[in-house]
Amino acid sequence: MDISDISDFPLALERDTAPMVSFRKVTKSYGSLVVLDALDLDVAEGEMVTIIGPSGSGKTTVLRMLMTLETINGGVIYVDGEPLTHMERDGRLVRANDRHLRKIRSKIGMCFQHFNLFPHMTALENCMEGPVHVLGLSKRQARERSEELLAMVGMADKRDQHPSRLSGGQQQRVAIARALAMRPKVMLFDEVTSALDPEVIGEVTNVIRELVGKHNLTMLMVTHQMGFAKDISDRICFFYGGRIEEQGTPEELFGNPQKERTRQFLSAVKEAT
Amino acid sequence: MSYFEFLSQYGDRIVSGTLVTMALTVLASLLAVAIALAAGLMRMAPNRAVRGIATVYIEIFRGTSLLVQLYWIFFVLPLFGITLEKFTAGFVAVGMNLGAYGAELVRGAILSVPKGQWEAALALNMSPAKRMRRVILPQAVLIMLPSWGNLLIELLKGTALVALISVTDLMFQVKQINGTTFLSAEAFGTALVIYYVLARFMVTPFMRWLERFMMRKMGRV
Amino acid sequence: MLDWRWDFTWEILPRLLAATGNTLLAAGLGYAIAVVLGLVLALAQRTPLTVLTVAVREMVEFIRSTPLVLQIFFVFYVGPQFGIRLSPWTAGMIAIGLHYAAYLSEVYRGGLESVPKGQWEAARSLNLSTGRTYFRVILPQALPPSLAGMGNYLVGIFKDTPMLSVIGVAELMHTANAIGSQTYRFLEPFTLVGIIFLLISLPTAAAIRLFEGWVRRKLGMG
Repeated sequence: MDISDISDFPLALERDTAPMVSFRKVTKSYGSLVVLDALDLDVAEGEMVTIIGPSGSGKTTVLRMLMTLETINGGVIYVDGEPLTHMERDGRLVRANDRHLRKIRSKIGMCFQHFNLFPHMTALENCMEGPVHVLGLSKRQARERSEELLAMVGMADKRDQHPSRLSGGQQQRVAIARALAMRPKVMLFDEVTSALDPEVIGEVTNVIRELVGKHNLTMLMVTHQMGFAKDISDRICFFYGGRIEEQGTPEELFGNPQKERTRQFLSAVKEAT
Repeated sequence: MSYFEFLSQYGDRIVSGTLVTMALTVLASLLAVAIALAAGLMRMAPNRAVRGIATVYIEIFRGTSLLVQLYWIFFVLPLFGITLEKFTAGFVAVGMNLGAYGAELVRGAILSVPKGQWEAALALNMSPAKRMRRVILPQAVLIMLPSWGNLLIELLKGTALVALISVTDLMFQVKQINGTTFLSAEAFGTALVIYYVLARFMVTPFMRWLERFMMRKMGRV
Repeated sequence: MLDWRWDFTWEILPRLLAATGNTLLAAGLGYAIAVVLGLVLALAQRTPLTVLTVAVREMVEFIRSTPLVLQIFFVFYVGPQFGIRLSPWTAGMIAIGLHYAAYLSEVYRGGLESVPKGQWEAARSLNLSTGRTYFRVILPQALPPSLAGMGNYLVGIFKDTPMLSVIGVAELMHTANAIGSQTYRFLEPFTLVGIIFLLISLPTAAAIRLFEGWVRRKLGMG
């Protein structure tokens, strides 16, 4: 099958019924190495989906493609009913140009494993950067919004500190506030606790916990914190070898895994912790 | 003639030469920084033609000598209808030459800003120009400042060559003094010490100050 | 405006090519001096004699901070003042050799400092003499990290040889200048000089990069 053939893909999804995020036959490969193999994945509005799986299973790639940090080799990704990776021209889908990418990308926010705060800006300036320079808000509006969010993540008193003065957990909380300041519809959390010392993981997971169910935010998360994933997710996807091996509610997946590979992975993780 | 007498007799000319050297250094530095930024950024442009122009510029100015470039600008450019006054020709040649070296510093510094910074800026949906100006360049400046310290000392030394097209800088003045007095050790020795003082007690401390200033501004103290 | 004369070009080209030989000779000789003298300056800064170390360190700083063209004048003209007459070539080679020795000593210093202390301790435990330790253990390891810097300065010294024209060394620039003042035509000689410099320095820089990679692979340093 020619994976680049997308002629029968819809130009847009039905607004009312469409999932917030929809991967349709999405393929990603580096040379001969196939990272994602014809992935189909829908995430409903307001849903919290967690992706777990062994390293190299392609789980981080899913988030990075959605953020347009990686290009895809086949299929189409839809966000909020509209194609993200492609756009309509003369009644068919063609590869998205920069302008289209910027338009759709504004619906998505992302937090990274290594925070990636801008080191030359204070916590507050980090949060204000996007609203002022991308959304075009006035400084006053951006400041109000940012201060509110910094207070929400418990970082109001550190707002004038530069990242180098903050602990990992504090930096990650600022990063979450920075992403939220752009008012995204979809939030991506890419192993946001993996670079943290064990004792500060809780302060970050608690912030994410509070976001669940609020603002009707759709969330996609890659994590190794199984307990956390179990607590807050609506659905868990177990990735193996570039495809979804098994998915279900936390109760189903952790309580009664159907596939042998899922059982092996979960018992290996359990042993390690 | 004692050294004291030498100084009292030729001090004025040495001071005026030193001032010309300092002016050349400042002007050439400003030009070099501007060229380095432009050529360094063009070197990384997506457009092949733009990249090509920058590459050719950098290779030509790094591949030939400053003295050759100076003579070319002063003696050959007028044939193309561009006549620069010798002082201008002097600092333009020095600035263009060191700017080519600076372009490589700019490129190297931009490439060494961590990849995560590009990704975070993209995740905030910043335009390519904003990403560069607001996120990458400020960090690149901090990375490349120490190398610019060395480059500006090379630039200061490079200005001595403009004496050869009769710009009345420090080098020119002591050459003239030597020509009339044959007090070579006094004339050239004094100039050597002055260049050393300019490099070590003005350029270097200024760059250190600038580094500390930028670090403070970026909260890295 | 622009009138490039090919007949004139062919007429002066042999002279310029002959002068290119002198330029290469000057660069080669100067570099040979700098390579050896630079090592002496680097090693002198590692002796236990604090006075020597500090004096050499200051001298290196001084040479690196002052213009080569001024140093060339200094060496050439100061001798006669004290009864020592140096030919342009001798004075030029001393000045340019010393100037680049100062730069190369910094390259060597970086290379030497990159050799782990454990290597000294291992050599000591085998009871090797200091000299033997340097030549058999330390310098071979200090060389690969120094190669990039050494290569850059080889191209650098080549590009600085035109400064020797100021005291009358008959290299490329001097010859082009002479042609210019005899014929009042500057376009061809100065442009040809630029092209000759490009044709030599660009391939040399590329060759040095290849050589450096080859040495690294050869020594198993990736």
